[in-house]
Formats: sequence, structure tokens, C-alpha cells
Amino acid sequence: MMSPVQKVNWGRLGIAALPWFWLGLFFVLPFLFVLKISLAEPQLAQPPYMELIREFEDGIMTLVVNFSNYQLLLEDSLYINALLGSIKVAAVSTLLAILVGYPMAYGIARAPSHWRLPLLMLIILPFWTSFLIRVYAWIGILKNNGLLNQFLMWLGVTDAPIDILYTQTAVYIGIVYSYLPFIVLPLYATLVRLDQSLLEAAADLGCPPIKQFLLITLPLSLPGLIAGSMLVFIPVMGEFVIPDLLGGPNTLMIGKLMWTEFFANKDWPLASALAAVLLVVLIIPFVLLRHMEQRSEEVE
Amino acid sequence: MNYSAPNPFVDEEPIVRIDGVTKTFGSTYAVDDVSLQIFRGEFFSLLGSSGCGKTTLLRMLAGFETPSTGRIYIDGKDITDVPPYRRPINMMFQSYALFPHMSVIDNIAFGLKQEGMPKESIKERVEEMLDLVQISALGSRKPHQLSGGQRQRVALARSLAKHPRILLLDEPLGALDKKLRERTQFELVNIQERLGITFIVVTHDQEEAMTMSSRVALMREGRIEQIDTPRMIYEFPRSRYAASFFGSINLFTGVVESQDDECINIHSDEAGGMLRVNYSHPIAIGSDVTVAVRPEKVRLLPEISGEPNTVEGVIEEIAYLGDVSIYHVDLASGKRMQFTQPNTQALAEQPLDWGQRVTLSWQPQAAGVLTE
Repeated sequence: MMSPVQKVNWGRLGIAALPWFWLGLFFVLPFLFVLKISLAEPQLAQPPYMELIREFEDGIMTLVVNFSNYQLLLEDSLYINALLGSIKVAAVSTLLAILVGYPMAYGIARAPSHWRLPLLMLIILPFWTSFLIRVYAWIGILKNNGLLNQFLMWLGVTDAPIDILYTQTAVYIGIVYSYLPFIVLPLYATLVRLDQSLLEAAADLGCPPIKQFLLITLPLSLPGLIAGSMLVFIPVMGEFVIPDLLGGPNTLMIGKLMWTEFFANKDWPLASALAAVLLVVLIIPFVLLRHMEQRSEEVE
Repeated sequence: MNYSAPNPFVDEEPIVRIDGVTKTFGSTYAVDDVSLQIFRGEFFSLLGSSGCGKTTLLRMLAGFETPSTGRIYIDGKDITDVPPYRRPINMMFQSYALFPHMSVIDNIAFGLKQEGMPKESIKERVEEMLDLVQISALGSRKPHQLSGGQRQRVALARSLAKHPRILLLDEPLGALDKKLRERTQFELVNIQERLGITFIVVTHDQEEAMTMSSRVALMREGRIEQIDTPRMIYEFPRSRYAASFFGSINLFTGVVESQDDECINIHSDEAGGMLRVNYSHPIAIGSDVTVAVRPEKVRLLPEISGEPNTVEGVIEEIAYLGDVSIYHVDLASGKRMQFTQPNTQALAEQPLDWGQRVTLSWQPQAAGVLTE
């Protein structure tokens, strides 16, 4: 017979276990597959890698672990450079997205309340069109005889078309454009909840508007800013469509490289090793942030 | 009897002069042609029910709203267009508006840092303020770690830290429970007297305004109904609205029949006879007036007499409040009036009962005349 106390405990356990189950099924398990493949040897077959546990002719089951993929990643500067390149692109893109997105989020949050929803819709609306089509559209805008260059030449800013497409600049334009909503929405959510009387209190205590922003608005919007930055930084690290379509041959990013290894070179183990390393690189800042948060909570 | 309030401050130059100020939001008049003067060291209350414009007036003093017309002067200087961060005024917000990401100390020091006070002096001043509002032990806490009462004290300390010449308080006790509110009322008055800062308080609570203020401005629909000391506004309200805003009052309409010495004689059908009230201002014979009598000013008479200010009726309702009992009496005219009697004995036999006929009376100087 079950006592009511036990019942409650089972129910609680079930609810607590659900997210763990979800994470296990859709994150940990696939990652273990990736890890397994990264430790395998490539072969020209279907699937294009060998099993880790193999039966040799003598009938003995043997575990064959291949670390050479990781070794290659460390030795070949191509991969390290690609990783550093990705970090740089992700960092610069995040910064640019903040510079463009913060004023937008602030403007929407401060707009009269009946204007806010239409303005937010304008931010979200492009999502209704396929991501790929929107990136292709940028080719039409940025190419040498594209809309932007025609406009610049019509203005008389330049006589000859400026090379924008297939440069790093085009990649940044594409990324900032595509990921802007991810920073605007969380920022808007924190800014719209900001108590206006706090700014009035600051003004009342002798604080002019710019300092009000720096001392009150900015620190209080930090949670939204961090969330938005994460939402931009992490996917941009693995981004390969935008650099592939808009970037030049010297745009080196880890996502593009991974794509090449998987689909062009059919080297699944190496691509998997890359994916595993990328995950570790992305998890480290998360863990650090969590750690810092916990420490500041303890101080309080 | 003099109707203009005896004001100890009027000889001085006013510290605040509000001159014909109107504030409109769209087509609504939040504040409608208000003029008033506030003097150094006053504890001045803006009193009224919600939507009467008291908060808008306060926000114009702080600089968060700009008057549509009219000017505001502080120490004779026009500050109507001066931004809030350059006014010698501080405000304590109804929501307290404490900075959630700063400790109590940093909250209190905020204004001092803005004016570039040296670090050592800031530290000293912050400690002085923590001491003043008796929260010295809480300096390193964040606002969310404080109780409502403690937050109220931090808000007060922060608004006083810069030693402003004028402190604006928007419903300073509104969020506290009744017990704490009563205790804090006296503390606010003590702090105000000790620091000598002019306090301007917005409140909807007439008891709070009466307890704390040197003068009260009663507001209604964006206009000033009456400005007076608490005693004068209670005893001699000028309008029906002012009369009924402060506690209960009996109102008798009537017609002026004659004026002699310092009194006028009024014939009132509602009261069922002649009423005699102190009134030294000139008044036209035959004009309609209202006589106002507070329930506690009414006495029981042992027998019927033909004197003025005497009414007869039957007790219809009795409300026992502990310290006093309120009796509702129906007069012959159909008018219902109230009077109160202190309960001087704990379990004495009820001297008055339902259905009993009583004769009531009051002194000519105990009533007021409403001409508006």
C-alpha cells in the first residue's frame, strides 16, 4: 500500500524528471552518438565510419578508439584558425547586434503602448519568410550592380561599385540582419518592465538623462542584454549558411568547415570531433557565467 | 470669529509660490488654475480623493510635469522650466522607487555622488541618515531583502540625504499597515521639525493630513477647495464638500433673517426653528446659507426650551464604537441628524434608547456657516 506522502513524492519526482528525460533523449544521447563517431575511423562505406567495437578474424571483440581526429584538430592550424575566426565573427556580430538592437528595443519599449505591438511585429515579420530566401535577397542588394551600389552611385558617394558581397562586411551585414530579433526581443522584455519612477527618482536626486541611462537603465537591462547576446553569439558560432552565401573564400568559420567535412569530404569522424570541440567551447562561458551568478548570490 | 486662518508663517517670503498653474492632459483638466503659497518650515498637505490633481501638482513641483499655463517659484526664483535634476527639491516616491541593483547605502549615497561630494563626507552623511531613520544595521542589504516599513525608511533617508530645502512626499505612509502608519506619522513630524525642511505631502487620508500638517490644502477636481490649518478646516469648512470630507457633519439649509453683534439668525425649516451662528462677515438678509454642526458639538437638553439652536427628534439608530456612541435622530422635518456621546461608564444603564424623544442643542460658536 502506498501512503499519501509517497504518492506526492512520486508526482514531484516525475515532474522533476521530465526535463532531465527530455535533455537526455534529445541532447545527451545525440551528443554521445557524435562523440562515438568522433572516436571512430573513417571508411568509404555506408555509414562512412567504422564501429568502435569490432570483431576481428580471431573472434575476439575489440574496442578500437581513434584519437587522431582530435590530434588533427590540434595540429592543423586550419581548424584552430577556423575556431578563432568563428569566435571573432560571433563576438563582433554580437557587439554590432547590441549597437543596432539596443536603440531599437529601447525605442519600442518607450513608444506609446498602442505602437508597441505593431513595432514588434515589424521586427518579427521577416521570420515569416524563409531564412534562405532572405539571405539570397541580400546578394541582390550587396552585389556590384546591386541595389546598394546603384543607390550609392546615384547619390554620387562613389563612382565605381564598392566590393561588399563576398567580403567579411557582407557576412556581418547578413548575420546582424538575421539575428537582430534575438537580441531585440529579450532586451525589449526587460526594458518595457523597467519602472519609470526609478528614472524619475534618479533625476530627482540630481542625475542628468545620460547618466540615468548608464546608472539605472543599462544595469537593470543587463539580464536581457546577456540573454540576447547568448542567443546571438551561440548560433553565430556554428553559422555556415550566411558565410557560405555572402562571405568570400577567406571567410573561415567552424560551421562552414564542419559542413565541408560532413558533406563534401564525407569525413564524419573529423566533423564530429569538430562538433564536440565546438560544444565544449560554447559550454565554458555558460558555466563561468553560472558560477559568477552563484557567487554574487552568495555575497548577497 | 475670524475666518482667515491664524498662520504663523505668512509674514515671511513664501518658499514656494504656485501662480495660476493649470495642467491639462488632452481635454481633461488635472490641475485647474491653482495658486497657493507655502512657507519655510511648513508641513503642508495636499489632500483630496484620487483624481483630484494633488499628485499632478506635486509632480509639477518636482519637475516631472510641466504646467500648461502658470508659473512656479521657489525662493522667488521661477523654476517652471528647470529640469528635475537641477531643482533644490527632493521627492519621496509613493512606490519608494529604490534602485533594486544597489545596496541601501548606495541608494542613500546616490544623490550625494551626483553632486560630487567627497567620499568621506558621503560616508558620514549616509551614516547620519541611516541613524536618523533608525536602520543603521541594514546598510549593506538590497531593497528586496527589506520589509515594507524598512523600504519606506530607506526611501525617506535617500530623499533627505541631500538636505533639500523642500521635500515632496507622495503618499509617504500609503503602503504601511495601520499600526505602523500611526507610529510613523509622529516620526515624520519629529524629523521634519528637527531638520527644519519644508515638507509638502500628498495624501488622501484626512486623518493623516490632520495629524501631521501645519496647513492643509483640500483639492477637488483640480481646484483648491480650501486652504487652512487642520483645526480651521475641520471646525469652519467653507463648502459642503470640505465639511463632509473631514468626518461627519450635520447640515441645515436656511435663510438669513437678521444679523446682530457677531451672530446671524437663520430660519431653517429643516431644523424646525431658528438657528443662531457666530458670523462676523457682512451677509445679505434673505440669502440662502447652510449651517454646519459637528456631531460632537451637540448636547442633550433635559427638557424642551424655546431657545435657538434647539431641535427635537426621535432616536432611530445607535452605533456603539467603544469610546463614543453615535446616535441618529429623525427630526420632525424628516431631516436625519447625528450626535455623539462619550461612553463615560463601562456598563452603566443605557441613558438613551431606540425610539426615545430627545432635545438637542449647540452653542452659536460651535457651528459654522457655509456660503458656497
